[in-house]
Amino acid sequence: MNRVLPILVVLAAILALWYVAVVPMNAGWTIAQAERAGHELTFVDIVADTMNQDRPRLPAPHQVAAELKKTVLDTKVTSKRSLVFHGWITLQSTLWGFALGTTVGIGMAVSIVYSRTANMSLMPWAIISQTIPIVAIAPMIIVVLATLGVEGRTVPKAIISAYLCFFPVLVSMVKGLRSPGAMQIDLMKTYSANAGQTFWKLRLPASVPYLFTSLKVGIAAALVGTIVGELPTGAIQGLGARILIGDQFGNPLMIWSALIAAACLAGALVTIVTVLQSLALQRMGYAR
Amino acid sequence: MTLFLAALVLWMAAWWLNTRIAGSSLASSYVGRTAVPVVFGLSVLAIWELVVRGLDVPQVILPAPTVIAETFASETGTLWIDFRQTALKGAISGYVIGCLAAFAVALAIDRSTFLRHGLLPIGGFVAALPIVGTAPILVNWFGFDWQSKAAVVVVMVFFPILVNTVQGLADTAAMQRDLMRTYSASYWQTLLKLRLPAAMPFVFNGLKIATTLALIGAIVAEYFGSPTRGMGFRISTSVGTLELAMVWSEIAVAALAGTLFYGAVTLVERWVTFWHPSQR
Repeated sequence: MNRVLPILVVLAAILALWYVAVVPMNAGWTIAQAERAGHELTFVDIVADTMNQDRPRLPAPHQVAAELKKTVLDTKVTSKRSLVFHGWITLQSTLWGFALGTTVGIGMAVSIVYSRTANMSLMPWAIISQTIPIVAIAPMIIVVLATLGVEGRTVPKAIISAYLCFFPVLVSMVKGLRSPGAMQIDLMKTYSANAGQTFWKLRLPASVPYLFTSLKVGIAAALVGTIVGELPTGAIQGLGARILIGDQFGNPLMIWSALIAAACLAGALVTIVTVLQSLALQRMGYAR
Repeated sequence: MTLFLAALVLWMAAWWLNTRIAGSSLASSYVGRTAVPVVFGLSVLAIWELVVRGLDVPQVILPAPTVIAETFASETGTLWIDFRQTALKGAISGYVIGCLAAFAVALAIDRSTFLRHGLLPIGGFVAALPIVGTAPILVNWFGFDWQSKAAVVVVMVFFPILVNTVQGLADTAAMQRDLMRTYSASYWQTLLKLRLPAAMPFVFNGLKIATTLALIGAIVAEYFGSPTRGMGFRISTSVGTLELAMVWSEIAVAALAGTLFYGAVTLVERWVTFWHPSQR
């Protein structure tokens, strides 16, 4: 209870601030409308109107909630108006990108741990790769894959998420695979274990706690990557595309509801990885 | 086909050279540590060139590095204008505002345990969200020029820095704080002489994450409307007309800017946190 209460209070405060901000953000339009119609408005009228505009600059929380209810619960899941449908599209690319990024990250980590040359050649470039803003590359990846004849957008979006997701996995896996001490490696040697056995029975199990910590960062990064992949490229399906279309048609409610949906998706994904982490670590006997 | 084979041979030669350097006594020296990645990078560039020429890859899929370099050299004027608009005006101003704001808020909430317990989990959660999605909203609020880009950058860098700073401020041991108390140090003295210096490694961790986010934010925001200059604007229009050499030049500028920005923050970090084990 002691841990939940402060969070709830802060969330309530954010919600209250949001409501307070709605009034000055939307009041301009209300006042302009009233002047045109020749009405006199009291303060209460203005506040009431700012809360329920069709195209507000800043929608009130209850409007976003209503839009979410409409597009999540009241629309059929297969419909193109359903956020569940768009969330599913985004989720697919996110998971593909996550799988690809994790595989590349682990693969590179293994080669870096086992080969001095790979370590010295790859590591600096892996760091530099993360200072390159991926969004600069995103539109091009999509156009190039389209000219190469790759259908659909799942593959390019997955590549972009993999690009953001591989790095945290790489860094922690290098740390994790190197975490067994000299004593433990010596013990493997006294068992006359070969390289493969040392890897499967010592290094890999020892790296699992590190792996899961990075997977939590990685899955969030993969989702960011997918949405970045959808935003600048004229996609029509996915949460990023909803944001884009909402922007083009001047429909802020659509943007806000897609943003909230993306936040929920991120929360759900991170929670799933956290649960898997505690299950796996318990199974493997890491004290928790 | 011969060029393609040449690429293969070159690849093996470069790898062999790197293995030799990595295995020699040079490996622990500064020269060796720089030479290996440089050789690797150059060989990748050379192989790219050979493969593109050898397999006749069309320009609209992948231009050769020399073609990109030519475009880069002939378009430096445009690239500089775009760089100034996106990186200097949008990203840097947003980065500075966002960092200062996050730092101030971190100091404020640090005084209350209640706020810290409430804001830290939320801040950590928000830092993992796809905040780039707010770009169209902010462009709508602040107009097309660099102000809206700076606003996106502020929102993107705020939470990572907030979370890291709050964590850093909590990083002192009870013993150290007690020692300050026995000196009868005031809150501000404890803050300035003990807690802020101790927080610096965390703060710089946040500052380094934020450098990349700043450039991403500034570029994405330009996809939603910008004056007719800026890196994001140039990339989206050049992709539209399939001038990929221009796109790659902008990517090179973005990569350079990102690396230099990150490098600059790392240098300041080394200077500020010279005492930290990771710097020695």
